[in-house]
Amino acid sequence: MSEPKFVPNTVYVTYIASTPEKVWEALTGAEFTRQYFFGHSIEVEAKVGGRFILRAPDGSVHMSGRVIEYDPPRRLATTWRVEGMESFRELPESLVTYEIEPMGGSVKLTMTEAHQWDIPDAILAGGRQGWPFILSSLKSVLETGKPIEIGVKMGPPPEMMAAVKEAVARKPWVKSAEKR
Amino acid sequence: MSKPTFVYVTYIATTPEKLWQALTDGAFTRQYWFGTSVESDWSRGSRVIFRSGGEVHDTGEVLDCVPYRRLSYSWQVEFHEAFRREKPSRVTFELEPTGGPEVKLTVTHDEFEPGSKVHAAVSNGWPMILSSLKSLLETGRPSASTSAEQAHDARERAIALAESNVG
Repeated sequence: MSEPKFVPNTVYVTYIASTPEKVWEALTGAEFTRQYFFGHSIEVEAKVGGRFILRAPDGSVHMSGRVIEYDPPRRLATTWRVEGMESFRELPESLVTYEIEPMGGSVKLTMTEAHQWDIPDAILAGGRQGWPFILSSLKSVLETGKPIEIGVKMGPPPEMMAAVKEAVARKPWVKSAEKR
Repeated sequence: MSKPTFVYVTYIATTPEKLWQALTDGAFTRQYWFGTSVESDWSRGSRVIFRSGGEVHDTGEVLDCVPYRRLSYSWQVEFHEAFRREKPSRVTFELEPTGGPEVKLTVTHDEFEPGSKVHAAVSNGWPMILSSLKSLLETGRPSASTSAEQAHDARERAIALAESNVG
């Protein structure tokens, strides 16, 4: 069985006054992610092929996937499937990679969100709205001890919900797989 | 070939007033922007000068200025021929209060020529500069990687990037 081909669609880079070990801990430790990831707790099995879960504040599974790369404190790649929202769970899995590099006394963190189908911008908009907030808040947690407290509720953009419903109805990824 | 655009969003625990000062006051920009002072009177049509180590590295013109909300200027990179050849691009800062104790900052850099070398260089540079700006406002300490001492290396990296993309 060949692995699906993932193409990067969204990249976010931030520089953090910290160490690679602490950034790794902040990315993979539930007590950290609860602070900056909209209250979600990460569970990641420490091996390639292991289970990855992002649990909502009420304990339900919001995202699930498996570990593709596990190289502390440098690289973590996991597949993501949205479980917590109707129709989203029918979309093909995405691949989220964190890359940690020491750079001149600080740490460069690169998040790459990749997809295995020709995903419309309206669906990408969700991650493009969420990642800058999540990773800005992660930086604040590590540098100041306090996350960013957003004043407004941030949910999926309405166009995103419509685009997901349309994609699930048409399933363009099935067609593109047959073409290959 | 579509025109490239660079967009970066960050959330900073500060006020729109402090963030505005950090973007428009050379004494602030020097601390997080590789020692670069931004100088202008910030009225529409006025010159913008980017000075580093006493030398003018980039120039621009104020296109829009709504204090604490929106600042836009054209940007001509002057420090290397590969960049000087291109027509000016455009930088826009948008500051939005979120209803909480932080400000959403969106930086859009666009109006590049197709295949722009400046686009490649700033796509690398902005995340460093804006991360350092956030650190400065939240902790009082900018990032060591964007100090004046790092300016020479940063320019060399930008030039190397520009030259590696030739053709």
